[in-house]
Amino acid sequence: MSVEQAVVGAPEEDGAKTTPRHVSRSVTLTIGCVLVGVIVIVAVVSLFWVPFAPEDTSGRRLMPPGLPHLLGTDKLGRDLLTQLMIGARIALAAGAGSVVLGGVIGIAAGLAAGFATRWLDDVVSALLDILIAFPTLLLAMLVAATQAASLTSAIVAIGLAMSAIVARLTRVLVKRVLAQDFITASRTSGTSWPRVVIEHVLPNIWPTLSVNLALQFGLAVLAEASLSYLGLGAPPPNASWGRMLQEAQASVFIAPVGVIAPGVLIVVLVIGVNLIADGFRDVADPTRRRRR
Amino acid sequence: MSLLEVSGLRVRSGDGRDLISDLSFTVDAGGRFGLIGESGSGKSLTALTIMGLLPPGMTASGSVALDVPGMGRTEIVGAGERLLNRLRGRAASVVFQEPLTALDPLMRIGHQVAGPLRRIQGLRGRALREAVTAALEEVRLAEPGRIAKAYPHEISGGQRQRVAIAMALACRPALLIADEPTTALDVTVQAEVLALLDGLVSAHSMALLFISHDLAVVSGITDHVLILKDGVAVESGAVLDVVNGPRHPYARELVESARELDAALDGLNAPDGGTR
Repeated sequence: MSVEQAVVGAPEEDGAKTTPRHVSRSVTLTIGCVLVGVIVIVAVVSLFWVPFAPEDTSGRRLMPPGLPHLLGTDKLGRDLLTQLMIGARIALAAGAGSVVLGGVIGIAAGLAAGFATRWLDDVVSALLDILIAFPTLLLAMLVAATQAASLTSAIVAIGLAMSAIVARLTRVLVKRVLAQDFITASRTSGTSWPRVVIEHVLPNIWPTLSVNLALQFGLAVLAEASLSYLGLGAPPPNASWGRMLQEAQASVFIAPVGVIAPGVLIVVLVIGVNLIADGFRDVADPTRRRRR
Repeated sequence: MSLLEVSGLRVRSGDGRDLISDLSFTVDAGGRFGLIGESGSGKSLTALTIMGLLPPGMTASGSVALDVPGMGRTEIVGAGERLLNRLRGRAASVVFQEPLTALDPLMRIGHQVAGPLRRIQGLRGRALREAVTAALEEVRLAEPGRIAKAYPHEISGGQRQRVAIAMALACRPALLIADEPTTALDVTVQAEVLALLDGLVSAHSMALLFISHDLAVVSGITDHVLILKDGVAVESGAVLDVVNGPRHPYARELVESARELDAALDGLNAPDGGTR
């Protein structure tokens, strides 16, 4: 996982890399890709086609699975499958939006702290610790209080909270890379600092960082579901899996599918993303890849 | 005219200790100078000071001047980053001790060697690829095409150090600093790499600053030496004088142990008896 391990776990064991562990890595990656792939396809399809219009309340309320409503209807008579498909879009947007926002801010701040003088580094680290201690939920409520609660406000809150975690990790990784001989070696041939960052620092922190960002994607999906459950996410009529859970829980014994379906989808997406994260390292790090 | 002139150099750590005190020596253009000392004696720090790459917190005072034909005389101590970056790689470059950590583990060898060629000589495309192959061939790497595509962990320690030498020599620096270049290699490979360095430095009439803890190795490749102990120069002069008549007790100790080791090594391998 660390850069050092990546360096130390080097060439001699090349032949021994066909261990079951290595094989299972690529299996987890495949399963993860299938799980996430299905949800991505559903989300893309929902852009062009859904079984019923999302605001169509013409169906009977709380219908069980059957025809024409394949998964039944919710308490307002809306088609459950339609809601779930649109929810996939929202969940993926929340994950991707938060990771992009948190990743960009976090990596930039982490790089700055990693390069900074000790004094500035201490200040940034203290700020990060405070930000990490600050509950994401409270942050989301504050953001939602300044604007209306929306998918954007949820993404901003989750992304900001994430950026502190990403920044702290980036800072440590950058410091570790900068302490390596090859940075000094590169500098002796006249590489400027910006080039050192682009050519050496970013590629060397990426294997670890990308795994973490993938994990953060899963956490962001969960966080968005929680915020929506509390009414701090995408407002109706946009279907979010978290809000669907909340709306359906009163009728869990009459129409259990309304609770089970969004719950299962959240679990599938988060597990899929985590499996991808687990298998990701090998793809991003050539010293772990098998060659020849 | 000397290429490198270090005079009254003093390097101080962040907490105010003197790591190097009052160090003075000169290296002539095309000359070969050995810097000997145990670990912690300040010899690697001297190399970093010459490159203007002191670790944060350390401060240098005194004077380190590089006088490269065509580039003029430059004072390193206190110089700005921009000026230093122009000198690095062109006026002077370094081969480090540990070839595995001195190469970026995630960058293909060819790309690493291409770095200074692209930056300093402005080569691109096909000319750049040819220059990389030439640089790898120059350090006697068989199959330069395969090596160029490999990552550092996929080649041997000796090959890695050859790559590091190729990178350091890529832009024909006037001064090559070799900081314990053979210490991390096993004995047979050491002899090969030393012979390679020796040949290349002569061929391009570069000056060599050879840093080592090993008097036997240094005396074989340089003509002047300086012995450092705890950041202080305890003895300096022509190699023969130092080896034949060391004055300082520490120098005497070094000469004696080098003699013993030399005798033992002579029995083990002839200069060119290697893996090939």
